[in-house]
Amino acid sequence: MTDERLKQVSTLRRAMIRPELGAICGTILVFVFFFMIAGDSGMFSPEGVQNWGVVSAQFAIIAVGACLLMIAGEFDLSVGSMIGFAGVVIAILSVHMGWPVWLSIIAAFVVCVALGALNGFLVIKTGLPSFIVTLAFLYILRGLTIWLSILTTRQTIIGGVKEAAEGDPLAFLFGGVIFKDLFQWFADLGLLDTFTRGSRAGQPVVEGLPMLVVWALALVIFGHWLLTKTRFGNWIFASGGDAQAARYVGVPVNRVKILMFMFTAFCATVFATCQVMEFGSAAADRGLLKEFEAIICVVIGGALLTGGYGSVIGAALGALIFGVVQQGLFFAGAESSLFRVFLGGILILAVIMNTYIRRMITGER
Amino acid sequence: MSTPLIEMNNIEKHFGPVIALGGVSFDVMEGECHCLLGDNGAGKSTFIKTMSGVHKPTKGTMKVSGQEITFDSPRDAMENGIATVYQDLAMIPLMSVTRNFWMGREPRKSFGPFKWIDFDQANSVTLNEMARMGINLREPEQAVGTLSGGERQTVAIARAVYFGAKVLILDEPTSALGVRQTSNVLATIDRVRKSGIGVIFITHNVRHAMAVGDRFTVLNRGQTHGTAKRGEIKPEELQDLMAGGQELAELEGSLGGTI
Repeated sequence: MTDERLKQVSTLRRAMIRPELGAICGTILVFVFFFMIAGDSGMFSPEGVQNWGVVSAQFAIIAVGACLLMIAGEFDLSVGSMIGFAGVVIAILSVHMGWPVWLSIIAAFVVCVALGALNGFLVIKTGLPSFIVTLAFLYILRGLTIWLSILTTRQTIIGGVKEAAEGDPLAFLFGGVIFKDLFQWFADLGLLDTFTRGSRAGQPVVEGLPMLVVWALALVIFGHWLLTKTRFGNWIFASGGDAQAARYVGVPVNRVKILMFMFTAFCATVFATCQVMEFGSAAADRGLLKEFEAIICVVIGGALLTGGYGSVIGAALGALIFGVVQQGLFFAGAESSLFRVFLGGILILAVIMNTYIRRMITGER
Repeated sequence: MSTPLIEMNNIEKHFGPVIALGGVSFDVMEGECHCLLGDNGAGKSTFIKTMSGVHKPTKGTMKVSGQEITFDSPRDAMENGIATVYQDLAMIPLMSVTRNFWMGREPRKSFGPFKWIDFDQANSVTLNEMARMGINLREPEQAVGTLSGGERQTVAIARAVYFGAKVLILDEPTSALGVRQTSNVLATIDRVRKSGIGVIFITHNVRHAMAVGDRFTVLNRGQTHGTAKRGEIKPEELQDLMAGGQELAELEGSLGGTI
């Protein structure tokens, strides 16, 4: 019916040009692999699942921000430092200055999102690559974090947040556990193991669903919906695909990019707050290398480093692969340094595959 | 005589000490294709960017349908019915035809505070509009990168027409295309003109201009060398005006009249 020179596209090929495809295959492979080598090590028992589930959720939270920002055509290398900074801000305000925890959390969000906006503003106004601008902030924020923490408390680890957060409504939103009753019910039915000794005897080994996981799921769903279904999502693709072409048709590219920098900072602060609430302390060296891990998740998820193409679902699967492999090697009793070897390897593979897929979409040869 | 859709009077544009445009006058009528010819560096790009709201003129006036006007932004120009299709910046190759077609003006559905793109409507309108321009898309979700250069220009033209352009500015739409694609784009220009839209066709190819143009204006070193109607001027004369006269005439002699 159409042009005789267009070959009918096969379903396979159509599936190939979905950005998530690589990540879906990778996820299946990783699960099959660990079922084989660590299937009987407790990795797939409820505690085991909780273990790698939480780690994956942590990666997913920062990957969603990094993903949308990368699709909008920019990078943020200051994510890791932002995590350390946000945590220390919360701890100093709540423990050292005696603010209520909820107010400290809000303050940390305001400061960090404003810093994200500053990042974006500098990138837009100077026209410099975001790589350089955010690299500067990687150092600035890390330095400020250590300095602030030593200045106020003379140490780089600030504890006591757990006690301060007792009964705080906002703290629960980040450090709490939901569906406790449901999990208890599972345990009563015998679906979940229970503790047999100690103060928690009779309680299920997995207490409930940590809010960290809830945040990760919510951010992934929100990010995916925003990107694929909304007008703003179309503008994110357009800003990263070709900023000038997008401007010519009236897309507010600068606004889109600055908002994405702010969203990345927001995700980093969510990560930091959950971590502070879980550990009950903040440390100035938290979040080290997280910016690169977020970018790796995003790239495994099929996004192009040059922007304009990618998927939040893919990035989330990238985070899952990351978490499963990191914890799986531990369960399998493998040398943990091998994790980095694996990471480097999978990164190269993902980038090669993405480049190939890009050629398929655009019909380049 | 009816008023022109857009009228530019003695437009000057200076960039610091450089005078990019030194008093250019130009207008386009309804249903007309007015060709703006000029060699590289003649000021064509500056002139269309002034018309489409990217630059503000240093001197001179602009009128849209007889009303004097200044544009603050490209969006402003678009809202006044002036659409520009740029040579390489028309489309984003990695995005689908539909997403490109609606970029910046996505149709939306809403439920409570949630608003999302109405992809059913977006896809069907895109398919229809493309079919009207003579291109049958395999599927509206296919990436623009899979289309040929001529088809990409056509998507951009269809988009401008659908969104109610009164004046369509085409920046060298044929310069990177092969023979067959060029004739397709020229046919599209003709179709658009017949629907009452004023087309401004920027090119440095005299033959392409002669194929569809009603009037011809030559721009050289930031100035116009007058406007001629179809049939009043020969291709060789246009060529000479564009190149600034004699040198080319001499060259042409030695090349045996191939330019």
